[in-house]
This record gives sequence, C-alpha cells and structure tokens, in this order.
Amino acid sequence: MNENLKGGWRPWALLAPSLSAVFFLLVVPVCFIVVYSFWLRAPSGADVAAFQFGNYGKLFQDFFYPSILLRTIRVSLECVALCLVMGYIPAYFFYRTRSRFKPFLMLLIMLPFWISFIIRTLSWINILGDTGLINYLLVSSGILQEPLGMLYNEVAVLMGLIQYLLPFMILNIYVSLEGIDQSLLEAARSMGCTEWQAFREVTLPLSLPGVSAGSLLVFVLSAGTYLPPMILGGPGNEMIANLIFKRVIGTLDWPFGSAISVILLLLVGSIVWTYNRYLGINQVFKAMQ
Amino acid sequence: MFKISGWSLIRIYTTLVYVFMFAPIAVVVILSFNPQQFGSFPMDGFSLRWYAKLAGNEDILQAFRNSLVLGSLTAICTTAVAIPAAMAFVRYEFPGKNSLNTLLLAPIMVPEVILGVALLLFMRWLQQPKSFALLLIGHVVITLPYVLLVVQARLVGIRTDYEEAAKSLGAGPFQTFREITLPLLMPAILAGSLFSFTISFDDITATLFWATARSQTVPVKIFGMLRNSISPEINALGAVMILLTVATPLLAGYLARRFSKGS
Repeated sequence: MNENLKGGWRPWALLAPSLSAVFFLLVVPVCFIVVYSFWLRAPSGADVAAFQFGNYGKLFQDFFYPSILLRTIRVSLECVALCLVMGYIPAYFFYRTRSRFKPFLMLLIMLPFWISFIIRTLSWINILGDTGLINYLLVSSGILQEPLGMLYNEVAVLMGLIQYLLPFMILNIYVSLEGIDQSLLEAARSMGCTEWQAFREVTLPLSLPGVSAGSLLVFVLSAGTYLPPMILGGPGNEMIANLIFKRVIGTLDWPFGSAISVILLLLVGSIVWTYNRYLGINQVFKAMQ
Repeated sequence: MFKISGWSLIRIYTTLVYVFMFAPIAVVVILSFNPQQFGSFPMDGFSLRWYAKLAGNEDILQAFRNSLVLGSLTAICTTAVAIPAAMAFVRYEFPGKNSLNTLLLAPIMVPEVILGVALLLFMRWLQQPKSFALLLIGHVVITLPYVLLVVQARLVGIRTDYEEAAKSLGAGPFQTFREITLPLLMPAILAGSLFSFTISFDDITATLFWATARSQTVPVKIFGMLRNSISPEINALGAVMILLTVATPLLAGYLARRFSKGS
C-alpha cells in the first residue's frame, strides 16, 4: 500500500502533461500579456519592445476608460444582487422539494449550461426587440401604439447576463443547502422553532458559503464577458472586456489591449485573492462537481 | 380569509424564474419555424424552409464539421491529460499537492477574454498564424479543469482495495490501472469527455479570438450572421445547436445509468 503514499517520481510523471499544458498555455501567455503591456506601438503598427507606462497612462489620462472600469464593477455587482434575489428561492425549492419529479427538476438546473452562451444572449432580441414578443403583445393588444425601445440599454444587458449567470448561483447555493446536517434542523424544531425561525437561525447561516461562492463566480464571470453588452447593449453600455475585444480584434493595438487586459486581471485577481484569503477558494470548485 | 402558504409562494417564484430562464430559448425554437423573411411576431404558419436553407448552406455545414471535429478532439485530448493528473492527486502524496491542484483548476477563474488574448499573443510571438491547432489547444486549456473535477470526484469514491488486490496478485502499476481502475472510472471518463465536448462546441468568448475565416465554429458563424440582424435562419441554427448540445448530455446520463446498473 504505502508505495502509493511514498510518491517518489510517479505522481510527477502522471502530472507532467497537465502541468505543462497549464504552464505553457496559460501561465506563460498571461505573463506575456503583462510584458506586452509595457511595449510601444509604432506608428507603422508594429510592436516595439520597450518598458514604459504609456499604455497605462493612456488608460487614466481622461475619464473615458476609468468610467468603463467603474461601469463594469457596477453592472457586475447589480448582476450579483439580481442573481441572489432570483437564485436563492429556487435553490431552496430544489433542496426542500419532495416531488417525484425531483431528478427532472435538477436537470432543469443543469440544462442552461448545455445551451450555447451566444444563443442565450441573442434570444433576448426575440423577446425585447421592436418586433419581439413583448412589443408584439403590447401593440397587438392595443395597450401601446408604438413599440417600446427595450433593446440596447443596461436592462437588456442585465437580462442577458442574468440568463448566463443565474444557473451558477442556483447551483452553488443548492450544493451548500444539500450539505446541511438535517439533525440540526430537527434539533431546532424540537426546541420549538417555527419553520421560519429554523430557516433564519440554521439554514440561512449554513448556506452562506454557497451564497458567497456563487456571488464570486457571478461577479468574476460578469466582469470578464463582452457578449451581452456587445449584442444587447448600446454604445453607452460597454464593459471592460468589450474594450479588449475592440483593441485586439478591431484595431490590432496589442500593447494597449494588453494593458486593459492587465487591469481586468488585477480586478478579478484581487477579488479572487481576497476571497481565498478569508473564505478559501475550494468551496467554488466543490459546486462544480 | 384566504391564506397562501409560504411553500406555494416559493413554488410560484421558482416557476417564474424558470419561465424567465427558458422562455427566450423556447422563442428561438418557435421563431425558427417562421416562414417569413424577417423572423418575428406575428407568425403566420409553420415552415421548415429555414432548416432547408441551412442544410443547403455549405459555409454553415463546414462550420458544423469544424465544431464536431474540434469538440471530439478536445474531448479526447483533455481526457487523456486529465486522467493521469487525477490519479496523481487522488492516489499519491507529494509536496505541494494542494497548490498544484488549485493551479490546474485556475483556468476556471481566469476570464476567457484574457485567455483568448494571452494565447493569441503567445502564438504571435512564436510567429505562428491562427490555425485549427490554436483552437484545439485553447479548448483543451478551457475544458481541462472541468474534466479534472469530474474524474477526481469519481476516483475518490473508488476504494483502493481492488487495486491493492491486483497488486498483491502480482500486477504492475500499469496493468492494475488498465484492468481495475480504468473500467471503474469509465462512467466518469465518459461524462468528462461529453462535458468537454459540449463546452468546446458551445464556446464563443475565447473562440472568437482564435477563429479564422477558414476555421470557423458554429457559434462564431452565428456571431458573424448577427452582424446584419437577427433572422429566422439564425434561430433555426440556434435550434439545431440547442438540440445537439442538450441531447448529448441527456443521452450520456442515460448511458451512464445503464452502465452503472450493469456493473
């Protein structure tokens, strides 16, 4: 048996492919972004190796870029709040339900994960657009004369974001609810607690790890996405990832695009680091199983 | 006084949330049958003309072929890399184990945009043009953590007694793995490969950075078509994608249950 526990060279041989993949395809390229963000872009469009802070200076010379960073944080926080409001109760329902259809209901939680993000995003055009479902119902029923312009604003972006991120929140909360020791609840009831008191004193505090893990995931994923703002938002709804996309794919300004990427990395990294420092990151991975 | 119980409120609330989640997707499917040129409400009639148009569009068929090949190769490569790693983490003790495990799960927490830019920049520095290989290695990095989690979770649940027994009967480590561990792991390996296939097939955020006109995937194609405006054709393509990526895991779950009953 203890041959296994000695380890020796074997685990390293087993780990070699995955470690080298993550090292060469993730760690090294991310370091490249950091190095590149100090480079210069020559007027010819070529990248020149340098060490200067011009790209970062450009980011903070007027309020345009900081305002986009602030908007990214604000929209992501709005998204976390809405996912909490919309996600806790369904998670609690899945946890407490005694329905025969429970396996089927659990499947409903997983289903959105299997549907392409771009389809879930563009589906809102069919709902909110001028000839979409809501306007069609409002106009054909005579409530409105003209269709309401509901697309290309922050609400539309939030709809797309929530549809993408809510399953993560529901799943994380559900997993932490499932982990609660039932005997604690029975103890609370035998002490004469009402349902509501038992929930407030036992269930809610014990589900907070899931709530915080879900919130972290939703925030990080929301801060790093560009698709909903691009497809459902207007010019005033851009988020930081949209800037990166525009710089790298649109104008091919690699050094500046890298500098914006570093800012996004710092934002996400600082939040993940703080979370890990005080709460531990492993809860987040637990739900993914 | 009519009183609604708390539980029925919770049920109504959950139903509403799920209507919010699935109504847009249902509308995509419904509108894909719209016979009109500009697919929207009101619908008059039911037609499969957009599906016929898809089937005749060589570009879209090529994107489908690309996506299927890419998804399959991603699943094979990722699983092949993840199984030995899971073995190392679950069956061995070595210094730095927890940190390395976290490192391998890190791609989950790195925004895909960053991954997209980083890999592209690295390839540019190596003076490699965008290619299908870039899509493949990118997708392997994206899906690796998920497959690793699935395989690891299952491996923890497999008791070591069987492996010990095989070893005491004189099997070498490799033979033990092949004869004992691998068959027991099979459901998780299947689930993991399907997981990575689906993630690869659906991925758009990072893939948009890596795709080229020649190596397009279906989501990238949809993104390109959206430039004009939403059309019934896009809805039809979306409906086909939904059918594929929802049916695959369901089938997998069904098969996994069949296999686990058999063992």
